[in-house]
Amino acid sequence: MPKINLAVYWTAACGGCDVAILDTEAKILEVGELANIVLWPLATDGKYADLEKLGPGEIDVCLFHGSIRLSEQEAMARLLREKSKVLIAFGACSSFGGIPGLANFHRREEIFRRAYQETPSTDNPNGVLPETQVRVAEGTLTLPEFYHQVYSLDQVVPVDYYLPGCPPPVHLIVAAIDAIASGQLPPKGSVIAGDKSVCHECPREKQEKKVRGFKRPHEVLVDPNRCLMEQGIVCNGPSTRSGCGARCTKVNMPCRGCFGPAPEVLDQGAKLVSSTASILDASDEATVAEMVSTMADPAGLFYRFSLPVSMLQKKRQGGKVS
Amino acid sequence: MNTNFEPKILGILCNWCSYTGADLAGISRIKYPANIKIVRVMCTGRVDPTFVLKAFQQGADGVLVSGCHPGDCHYVDGNVKAMRRAPLVTELLRQMGIEKERFKLVWVSASEGEKFAKIVEDMVADLKKLGPLAPGGGAEKNA
Amino acid sequence: MTERIGVYVCHCGHNIAAVGDVEKVAQYAGTLDNVVIARDYKYMCSDPGQELIKNDIQQLGLTRVVVAACSPRMHEPTFKGALERANLNGYLLEMANIREQCSWVTDNTQNATEKAKSLVRGAVRRVYYHRPIEERVVSVNKATLVVGGGIAGIQAALQIAEAGHKVYLVEREASIGGQMAKFDKTFPTMDCAACILTPKMVAVSQSPNIELLTYAEVAQVDGYVGNFTVTVRQKPRYIVEDLCTGCGDCTTACVLKNRIPDAFDEGLSKRSAAYISFPQAIPLKAVIDEKECLLLTKGKCSKNCVEACSREAIDFSQKETVRRIEVGSIILATGFELFDARKAPQYGYGIYDDVYTGIEFERLTNASGPTQGKILTKRGEEPKSVAILHCIGSRDENYQKYCSRVCCMSSVKFAHLVKEKTDAEVFEFYIDMRTFGKQYEEFYTRVQEEGVNFIRGKGAEVAKVDGQLVVRAEDTLLGAYREIPVDMVVLNTALVPRHDAEKVAQIFGISRSEDGFFLESHIKLDPVTTSTDGVHIAGCCQSPKDIPDTVAQGSAAAAQSLAVIATGKVKISPISAWSDPAVCAGCRICLGLCPFKAIGFNEEKKVAEINQAVCKGCGSCAAGCPSNAIVVSHFSNQQLLAEIEGVLA
Repeated sequence: MPKINLAVYWTAACGGCDVAILDTEAKILEVGELANIVLWPLATDGKYADLEKLGPGEIDVCLFHGSIRLSEQEAMARLLREKSKVLIAFGACSSFGGIPGLANFHRREEIFRRAYQETPSTDNPNGVLPETQVRVAEGTLTLPEFYHQVYSLDQVVPVDYYLPGCPPPVHLIVAAIDAIASGQLPPKGSVIAGDKSVCHECPREKQEKKVRGFKRPHEVLVDPNRCLMEQGIVCNGPSTRSGCGARCTKVNMPCRGCFGPAPEVLDQGAKLVSSTASILDASDEATVAEMVSTMADPAGLFYRFSLPVSMLQKKRQGGKVS
Repeated sequence: MNTNFEPKILGILCNWCSYTGADLAGISRIKYPANIKIVRVMCTGRVDPTFVLKAFQQGADGVLVSGCHPGDCHYVDGNVKAMRRAPLVTELLRQMGIEKERFKLVWVSASEGEKFAKIVEDMVADLKKLGPLAPGGGAEKNA
Repeated sequence: MTERIGVYVCHCGHNIAAVGDVEKVAQYAGTLDNVVIARDYKYMCSDPGQELIKNDIQQLGLTRVVVAACSPRMHEPTFKGALERANLNGYLLEMANIREQCSWVTDNTQNATEKAKSLVRGAVRRVYYHRPIEERVVSVNKATLVVGGGIAGIQAALQIAEAGHKVYLVEREASIGGQMAKFDKTFPTMDCAACILTPKMVAVSQSPNIELLTYAEVAQVDGYVGNFTVTVRQKPRYIVEDLCTGCGDCTTACVLKNRIPDAFDEGLSKRSAAYISFPQAIPLKAVIDEKECLLLTKGKCSKNCVEACSREAIDFSQKETVRRIEVGSIILATGFELFDARKAPQYGYGIYDDVYTGIEFERLTNASGPTQGKILTKRGEEPKSVAILHCIGSRDENYQKYCSRVCCMSSVKFAHLVKEKTDAEVFEFYIDMRTFGKQYEEFYTRVQEEGVNFIRGKGAEVAKVDGQLVVRAEDTLLGAYREIPVDMVVLNTALVPRHDAEKVAQIFGISRSEDGFFLESHIKLDPVTTSTDGVHIAGCCQSPKDIPDTVAQGSAAAAQSLAVIATGKVKISPISAWSDPAVCAGCRICLGLCPFKAIGFNEEKKVAEINQAVCKGCGSCAAGCPSNAIVVSHFSNQQLLAEIEGVLA
């Protein structure tokens, strides 16, 4: 069997997804046998020009991790889309915007001011902010444009498959590699993960739920056997797609939703608001308000990995990259 | 600001009290602004916050959810469930840049046609003062 | 799959057409996706209008219909019928309310027309996702449960039993009879309460169709109209009922004889630990008070009762029993309690001697009561003057806002009894005199003529001045402050909901009104049914009422239950929720959201399951389901989101 051409690329991401690929251990050797790695900045040297030289569809599979914030990232996404037969949004960032997507709670100007002027470690007496072009004695220096907001990969280019997670777990990466190797890929648009919510995989005992307020994980001694929500810990598991094997709740940490919305869920935050508030044990407005006030930053909590693909953010984009 | 701004409001009303109350406003020929478009549900307990977000996504400037008074719910306490969800919805919307005036949960009985008309009138006035909902919420006005 | 949608815009004469431009609305509807025909017509609900829809369905092969007309609460059944006559499922209809919620509330043609277009657009998008639904019919268990053995429950039970059907009558106390059994006389005819109540109580005990469960309470109700399963807990009497003859030898022999305040006499007399509630009790069986009996509390007693009982009916080994009974409908007749006069300390109850509540006064005047019917002060003297105060805890912003309805008449009755039995001067303090019933006003006139002093003004305070009780009030007819010394005060206290009414409402899945009484379906037109099909209410658990109204409502509730039995089958609204096992992850959040306990958990499959016969379709579970496993038929996310998109587009 001829080797396939494989690309792995990253944009606005932490690099954890690359590490996850390496975590496949022996499997990575199979990847070597299976594929020619045409691009993988973490592991190999590669230039834009090399990529541009490839014909359309010459890359068989591209694992793309990271969200899109910069014009350069958008350009690379478009280039890789053109060159790839199969483009896989790899990890939470490219699938839903991920952690970098949380920046969408703030305007670009606020982010610049904070990052380049206000942080205690900043030494910038003239208050200079990033510019796309700066003229210096030697000529003009350029930087990519910093967009008004963060996008998921599919908000920029069409995506064939999603392999969610922060990072995707090894067993799903292995499953994906096997599927690629055998050519038995699921229908386009599929999410390579479970088809229920995390609760399905979570081994904790679940009962009818009633809580009188919310606690953060460090504020309680967690009962290792009982549903975290029943202990007042906000858990995103109920509205998050399964497939991870409940790896967080198994170690006493609540799910934060890195697999994105469960299959039938349109908006992870809206659904979590509804189900979480539904278990409040109060019947008057004042008590409910008091209980709700014990939850810090609900939007940041419920949209931890999916803010750019939330309904209200989609409205903001109007479907177009600014 | 555009002084001719006519806010779009989505009303989600329970079948037993508020929808009937809104019908009564009609039967009594009480006039109120045409800005509100009403969708009927059996109970406010059915109102998934997804509906509220969907409305804002679709260009609503405000969403009004109205049900039976506490204790009067046709389904015992569906309205209480709506009430439990409302503060968290409000807070989520606030964080997403949507002012609290734009989402309201009220109680209107089947006999309160006049009250319903007044609520709509007040909400339209409040939203006119507030202005149109900017794409992505008020916080994005300057984006 | 594409649908073929027909849109019908009604003029409703001028009702819609005078404000909205119906032709424009119909024209616009014709441009919407999947709409194959859009018409406007003068009266869509008329026969020709319905015929129009029927013909289009048949000739144009319509698969969905939108009628833009009045409120669906008005004519939805009409148009459903039109669809069904054309062999299209009635649920493939959606109505756009362009009359009550558009033309009638908008005064500007342009606004009304635009709003109508939006509503039609919403309906068209929604109807696209409609699915045919079949109405559900379930067969009915012919037995009825009546809860509460007061006059309301007795009346209902007897009526159903007479019609030849099984009744389970559950009573919390050791005997049926309820509050009425404590009364002395009944207004306006002054029949003795026992004389008219006792025959009905006996009839209950003798009816082959009534199974009486006294000393028992309903713990749980499962199921739905036609098929309820009721769990009843019966406390031990420590008396073998079949052996006990009600002779009373055990009560005489009891070591604690005359030591325990007798609740039936409102604590005004004392009884034994082994006792019979009252002489006419049904069943006429002794009961041993487990909270007082020395053997049962301390484990040590000489057991004189056992020795005294020649029938060997006493059995201290009895335990609580739990029974499950199957019934088709339920009548709640759980009655009322009386307002605790201690909560209004200005009236001196519990502070001064000779301040009584109305129900205590009933016992005082009752021949079988603590004074054998003599009206006496604590010192054993006949009072020279008696004050009767109306509205204690009723019609009062601080306590109950409502009128308790019976107190005016019972106060007039008390005045008459005082006049009849003593030479005392009687002063009645009232806000308004409400003598609304048949022969009530005549009775009031009669008692006025007996020389009772009626003072229009609510009693403000009962005080003691130099050892003398005085009642203070403003006489609003004289416009003067009055302070009247009396020897005895009767406080006619409000009728209030039972202390556990909230719990009972939860057990039976019904609502309560703001005042705490059980909520009827419609205050005027449906005063006996509740929000739970098959659960009916009668008597003072619904609101304070007099005996004639209570009896009438008992009969009305019986008629409702008999109607359920007679039809043999009940239709259940097909709007219900369903949980998709392929989506449900078993989080169990929904379990606490169903007020009707329709959601169960399948431990084997680890998924929630909804009993659709019990489900009433409110959709609270669907909104709360974090994975959207729960789908509500006819109100699905898909349908509602499409409508929201449509009306806002």
